[in-house]
Amino acid sequence: MKEYLFLFRGGDGRNPQQSPEELQKVMQRWADWMGGLAKQDKLVGAQPLEKSGRKIKGTNKLITDGPFMEGKEMVGGYLICKAGTYDDAVGIAKDCPILEFDDGTVEVREIREMKM
Amino acid sequence: MSAKDQNDNVSKLTDHLFRREAGKMVSVLTKIFGTKNLETAEDVVQQTFIDAIELWMLKGIPDNPSAWLFRVAKNKAIDVIRRNKHSLQYDFNDSERILLKSEYTLASKMENFWKEELVKDDMLGMMFACCHPEVSAESQITLILKTLCGFSTAEISKAFLTSEDTVSKRLYRTKEFFRKNKIKLEIPSSDQIRIRTEAVLNAIYLLFNEGYNSTHSEELIRQDLIDESMLLCRLLTENPNTQLPETYALTALICFHASRSPGRLSAEGEIILLPMQDRSKWDKDLISIGIEYMDKASSGNSVSTYHIEAAIAFEHCAAGSFEKTNWKRILELYEWLCKISPSPVAELSKAAVVMQMHGASEALKILENILDKKKIEEFYLYHSLLGEIYSRMNDNRKAKHSFENAARLTRSSKEKKLLDEKIIALIN
Repeated sequence: MKEYLFLFRGGDGRNPQQSPEELQKVMQRWADWMGGLAKQDKLVGAQPLEKSGRKIKGTNKLITDGPFMEGKEMVGGYLICKAGTYDDAVGIAKDCPILEFDDGTVEVREIREMKM
Repeated sequence: MSAKDQNDNVSKLTDHLFRREAGKMVSVLTKIFGTKNLETAEDVVQQTFIDAIELWMLKGIPDNPSAWLFRVAKNKAIDVIRRNKHSLQYDFNDSERILLKSEYTLASKMENFWKEELVKDDMLGMMFACCHPEVSAESQITLILKTLCGFSTAEISKAFLTSEDTVSKRLYRTKEFFRKNKIKLEIPSSDQIRIRTEAVLNAIYLLFNEGYNSTHSEELIRQDLIDESMLLCRLLTENPNTQLPETYALTALICFHASRSPGRLSAEGEIILLPMQDRSKWDKDLISIGIEYMDKASSGNSVSTYHIEAAIAFEHCAAGSFEKTNWKRILELYEWLCKISPSPVAELSKAAVVMQMHGASEALKILENILDKKKIEEFYLYHSLLGEIYSRMNDNRKAKHSFENAARLTRSSKEKKLLDEKIIALIN
């Protein structure tokens, strides 16, 4: 088993008119998807991220306040899961509720073991 | 409505709701936090009720008070999880609870834990945890009352005439046991379920007995303990895992006994003995509910002591008057009871029935034949029955002596008073 990081972009949180019921439905879909992973003991962790941010750059540690890019390009959350191969990880990512939106994306990255 | 009336209403309602809902809330929260954080679960419930009292006194009672309480408890639980999800004191890593650690799923997962069927399972799980075979009988009942029945430490100590300190120590020891042994709220596996359910039934039986014939309290009948034991029994009858014939039999037994409570005390709270009771005061609905449970109890092959005791209680309920009591049938049942589960109390009851049927000297023979004299002499009922027997044999000196012994041994003030009256009657 390897670990994979999913980075979520776009997709949710951009409709302020969303009713509580609609929001609840969306959250239930996340709970179903992640619940399935948890049952197979594949879920490591996941959190949504705030839109604001700070960036610290280079040797002189220059600090800038975010947001740093347009909504659909911004990382809105992450999930770490266990999977056997890239294909397995992509298979898991395909069921992510963020893909119910046209501009929703999941970037799948394998966590690298550092060679000592 | 005046502010004072409003406050009175709020405090009455919250007392009532605490009895009814606190057990559910503590059970679910303990499932969420784990048994080693039982105290945190209790704190959340406590704080929820404190909030309710404050807000309701100020703004009035909401339309659905129970739903309000559950919502506030959920929010408080979410705060606890956010603060503690990485604490070593908590373990949210199993597949059930890992979703509580992610903000994506925390709220909906929290909601799921409070579904009605799951709440009932958690209450059963709590019963099984409280009645773990390694927890002493006193501690089992103490923790059941505290966690499932919403009793305060002070109320428990009053119900069992022990100090609050003793109650606190029992609670502390049991919680330590949970912590050390990582006890979970769960319904035992199928190979364990029977023996574990029997332990739960035994605790409920003791709880009920204490309510029905309070040996430790000022009041003879503690209706609240009777209500709680019936509630716990019914929970067990609703779950397929715990629907044993014994479960139904104990529920029937409680229904039959409880049906007679309204006739057992006078308006002044004095004991009325069975021959003098106004049987029209007995609760007929409860008797028919008891009969339904009795029918279900007879489904299996096993006969427990609860079956026999329920059958005896039924015979009393079914008799139109004291004179019409089917003593012959009751005596058979007591003989059966003494055979499968010999106990001093069963022997005493048998002797009392023999006294009704065959007279005092026959009853005296039974008492004289009891082998374990030392043990039975600790029971006030033994001395009180002896007194009754001697008084019927016109041996007033021995009768008085026996009643005095009985009065010395009982801790119930009502029983003492009754015995004193019998002594006075002997002298006149």
